[in-house]
Amino acid sequence: MNARLLAPAVLGGVACFLLGGCVTTAPYDYTNFRANPPRSILILPPLNESTALEGTYGYLSTVTQPVAELGYYVFPVQVVDSFLKENGMPTAGEMHQVPLGRVKEITGADAVLFVTLEQYGSKYQILGSTTIVKVRAKLVDTRSQTLLWEGRGQAQQGSSGSGNLVADLIASAVVQAINSKTDPAHNVSRLANVQLFRTRNSGLPYGPYSPEYNKQP
Amino acid sequence: MMRGVGVLASLLVLAGCAAAPRTLYTWGSYEELIYASYATPGKVAPQEQVEILEKDYQQARAANKRMPPGWHAHLGYLYYQLGKTDQARQELLTEKAEFPESGVFMDRLLTNLKKS
Repeated sequence: MNARLLAPAVLGGVACFLLGGCVTTAPYDYTNFRANPPRSILILPPLNESTALEGTYGYLSTVTQPVAELGYYVFPVQVVDSFLKENGMPTAGEMHQVPLGRVKEITGADAVLFVTLEQYGSKYQILGSTTIVKVRAKLVDTRSQTLLWEGRGQAQQGSSGSGNLVADLIASAVVQAINSKTDPAHNVSRLANVQLFRTRNSGLPYGPYSPEYNKQP
Repeated sequence: MMRGVGVLASLLVLAGCAAAPRTLYTWGSYEELIYASYATPGKVAPQEQVEILEKDYQQARAANKRMPPGWHAHLGYLYYQLGKTDQARQELLTEKAEFPESGVFMDRLLTNLKKS
């Protein structure tokens, strides 16, 4: 095969790999998920294991869109956060301890998404910087308390790279410009979420509001 | 010619992976306002947030698109912070009508609103 013919396809593959959407890993066992498919998901502020305090909300403000666009009802994350704070849970750590039955009773949510932020932020070197976001997530059924799905996502971006390609594709907001200037990891979170939720055979399946819902196996 | 096909194929692959071509909802500034209100508290006042969100809503209506789940409840919460309880109630009811999955939580917030 002619190398010149092959090159664009290889490049495409590499770009795909970098974007994280096409990474193939071992297929996830969806037995529990299929037994209790949720319609509504309550996303709590992430547990922050990184050294960056701003990671909690820098990440939380990127996770509604990917889950809702998969076709789930996603509870308003900031309203939920405020509600829990007003009810004696001032930190994500305390929120993650709330009994699932209580969440069901208060909000009616079918499932809770528990996210842990493992890394969040930029490392500065002599020439430029590297920004990394690494997360893991568990989706738990509020009624049966079983684990429905879990996954991992990671993305990194160098300051000398093409920059905001994917962010440009995803968001077109006015406030975006200010936010990304102050905290590049906020945008990189969106990339990590592509890998977390969209990886073929191990991502989060489509939910009832997606036109793909009835087409999936 | 063959090379053109190759480039086209790789572009298609790229497009397929990069992002969903169509979205279910109009997102506007919803998530970026959430971030701004945590990262730089007070910099974008609730009143200003409401104005930005209402503008997003007008644009979505003009394009016949839906607002995302949680959006109306979020706007209602901002109205509540501004002391505009009628508008707050209206938004919570809209959330419930648009997304019945929110019913239990919206009823709870509506009850709390009545007490305030």
